[in-house]
Amino acid sequence: MKMLVPVKRVIDYNVKVRVNADGSGIDLSNVKMSMNPFDEIALEEAIRLKENGVVTEIVAVSIGVKQAQDTLRTALAMGADRAVLIEATSDVHQDIEPLAVAKLLAAVVREEEAGLVIAGKQAIDNDLNATGQMLAALLGWGQATFASEISIEGSKATVTREIDGGLQTINVTLPAVITADLRLNEPRYASLPNIMKAKRKPLAEKTPADYGIDIAPRLTVIKTVEPAARKAGVRVGSVDELLAKLKDEAGVI
Amino acid sequence: MAVLLLADVNNGDLAIDGVAKTISALKTLGEVHVLVAGPAPAAAEAAKLCGAAKVLHAEDAGHGLAEPLADLVVSLAGNYSHIAAAATAFSKNVLPRVAALLDVMVMTDVTAVIDPETFERPIYAGNAIQTVRSADRIKVFTVRTASFAAVEQHGAAEIQSVRMGSFGASAWIEDKIAASERPELTSARMVVSGGRGVGSRESFALIETLADRLGAAVGASRAAVDSGYAPNDRQVGQTGKIVAPQLYVAVGISGAIQHLAGMKDSKVIVAINKDADAPIFQVADYGIVGDLFTILPDLTDKL
Repeated sequence: MKMLVPVKRVIDYNVKVRVNADGSGIDLSNVKMSMNPFDEIALEEAIRLKENGVVTEIVAVSIGVKQAQDTLRTALAMGADRAVLIEATSDVHQDIEPLAVAKLLAAVVREEEAGLVIAGKQAIDNDLNATGQMLAALLGWGQATFASEISIEGSKATVTREIDGGLQTINVTLPAVITADLRLNEPRYASLPNIMKAKRKPLAEKTPADYGIDIAPRLTVIKTVEPAARKAGVRVGSVDELLAKLKDEAGVI
Repeated sequence: MAVLLLADVNNGDLAIDGVAKTISALKTLGEVHVLVAGPAPAAAEAAKLCGAAKVLHAEDAGHGLAEPLADLVVSLAGNYSHIAAAATAFSKNVLPRVAALLDVMVMTDVTAVIDPETFERPIYAGNAIQTVRSADRIKVFTVRTASFAAVEQHGAAEIQSVRMGSFGASAWIEDKIAASERPELTSARMVVSGGRGVGSRESFALIETLADRLGAAVGASRAAVDSGYAPNDRQVGQTGKIVAPQLYVAVGISGAIQHLAGMKDSKVIVAINKDADAPIFQVADYGIVGDLFTILPDLTDKL
């Protein structure tokens, strides 16, 4: 079975983002970019499935700017076999919406005749948590979101999902879309020899027009502002002082 | 036009607090119809919520599988200008599927409804607030409940039956719900959270003792969850629960961006940490620098 892993190039999760003062968006120039952490987890799971003989080939796909090539090379160095880059914009500030991404991914899934997709549960930039579910809908496939454990036997995947009160286990018939939660695994690092080898692995470059898909945004961003700052707090010297403040000043206990 | 609100049903029970807060977020958009897929008592609970004009009830075991629920919502969508739900694991699973089937975008974690087409939502782990306008014919979105007050429960909405289909490709096997006598994390008035600094599963009991004395819910940072001190569903942060209680006590938590995303809208934040330079002190209203193993027992005793 061939599978597809979508990966997104996002601002590195350790970077404290800066909001442009004019409300136009986030400053992404000269900022460290990396693979979305949830996508690393999805890819790690795909590689483990391949190591266990469940999957025969892993195709990593990224949609966005040309620089997403770097993210795909990282995916290839970790263990993906091939990569597809869909260059949908030349502006790093233009985030392609999950609906458009899902339509493009659905086209790639059909073209590749993939039988399984594992995506990250959300991207840490737009925090939308939607692409996997949208892709499953467009393909008419079953979905298993927020997976913390996956086992595949024959044509069924048994997936443990992180739900609000605890854990839920479901069965989903393949083909299906699964989205990875934090607890699914610990992603591996790419070794130097593998990084060198990844440079020779195939990376196909496409555009949305190749698939005949309209990626025009449905949502217009009117402005982006910093959240209201909290007023400066105080240090207290003792538990008694803390309790006094909480009772008299804040009135919360 | 009216608004369709998909209610969370977990293990057969209506998540009434979340639904009540979502109703107050929607009240400027039109009449609110609450869709409950679950046992009849869950629908009866929803009917008590003020602001619910009608309850649509589909008999279902309450397992909340995305595929049949999304199909049900889509079958009703023609009557509605907006489809919304609380931003929980339950709805984040279903609503993007609904949106794609309707060929519209979805907006997640909406913190303010400006007008019927304009919404605010946080991005980048809450480090920026985006105002977006939707050009879609039906607006599909989830609501960050921590930003809204719950409506009261003395209503008497009419309950109307709707029929839910099935989807053969997925099947529920079991739920393992973490047993807790404490208040639910996302609706608690007070939350006490522990981080890596707590050191072990055993010493996490200090957090729980303090929480019980306050009548608070227990939360945790990702580090504490990954180290096995607390179960996953206690995690507060960008990838866990978003809370905004009256009082949030962060114990042994450094205050990484991802954790702050889940609690920085709390009314009063208290930080207890031995590292005077920990970023948590930048958002704390009251901070104590010191050893949690002496401070916590002292604090618990004096309450």
